[in-house]
Amino acid sequence: MPGPTIDLQVYPNEAALLEGLRAGEPDACTCMVKRFAPLIYTKALRMLGDADEAENILQQTFIKACDKFTSFEERSGLGTWLYRIATNEALMQLRRREYTDTIETLDEAIQPADLPQNLQAWPIDPAGAVLNDELRSQLEQALAALPESLRIVFRLRELDGLSTEEAAAALGLGESAVKVRLHRARLRLRELLADYMAGEGTNV
Amino acid sequence: MSNTHTHDNFTRCQQLLGQLNEYADGELAIDLCHELELHLTDCTDCKIVFDTLTKTIKLYHLLDENPEAIPAGVEERLLRRLNLVSS
Repeated sequence: MPGPTIDLQVYPNEAALLEGLRAGEPDACTCMVKRFAPLIYTKALRMLGDADEAENILQQTFIKACDKFTSFEERSGLGTWLYRIATNEALMQLRRREYTDTIETLDEAIQPADLPQNLQAWPIDPAGAVLNDELRSQLEQALAALPESLRIVFRLRELDGLSTEEAAAALGLGESAVKVRLHRARLRLRELLADYMAGEGTNV
Repeated sequence: MSNTHTHDNFTRCQQLLGQLNEYADGELAIDLCHELELHLTDCTDCKIVFDTLTKTIKLYHLLDENPEAIPAGVEERLLRRLNLVSS
């Protein structure tokens, strides 16, 4: 996890950090920020696609976490708990957007534009791939190019590990709509990445 | 390498495309899995679609597990908002 290590030496593991948080030590809060802020910020940015909104979600998440730390029951890891707060905040932010109605009005079927066009094999092996700046940039650009209605479903189902039922409830959609949108998102991303992955840029 | 689907029964390929999602997630019924797997051994283009779709999913998991450092100033503003900056 990126970030300075000075506070990590004070709290060498999560158990020690939790103890510090329970005792209300300011250093523990600072340590929690340094450990988890990159993760929370990155995920908020991918959900919202806007740096200012992501920073706002990041701040709201940690304000709530520090205020409500006593409600953390340690059934999950600290990172997972923080991430749930951030996801709820980001979903509320999405619902506040005026154009969020596209989330409900999208055609719920595989569209002709979703059908695979590029049928070249990819030499890359994800298990052994190095996530260098170029590859990271390609993946981020493709994700940013997805319509929000597909990106949010991909985010929740694929990366956050929500079930179809949970994602449907979070977005106010039917489960079949979530399934179709996940499929469409995957197909679109595959297509958006295909030229790069099939070409010279995959020697990573 | 062709950029267009060459399989004879393209309509069948399109039908099976709809099942790839559930197959990739291990949620496809067993009999349909068997049918799809037979098709994948027979249709090079569909096999490539399945392989590249699977690689797409794995690459995004790789990305998600390796967040970038947050931009300069974001952490500082957060710490200040939380009244955690001493200087």
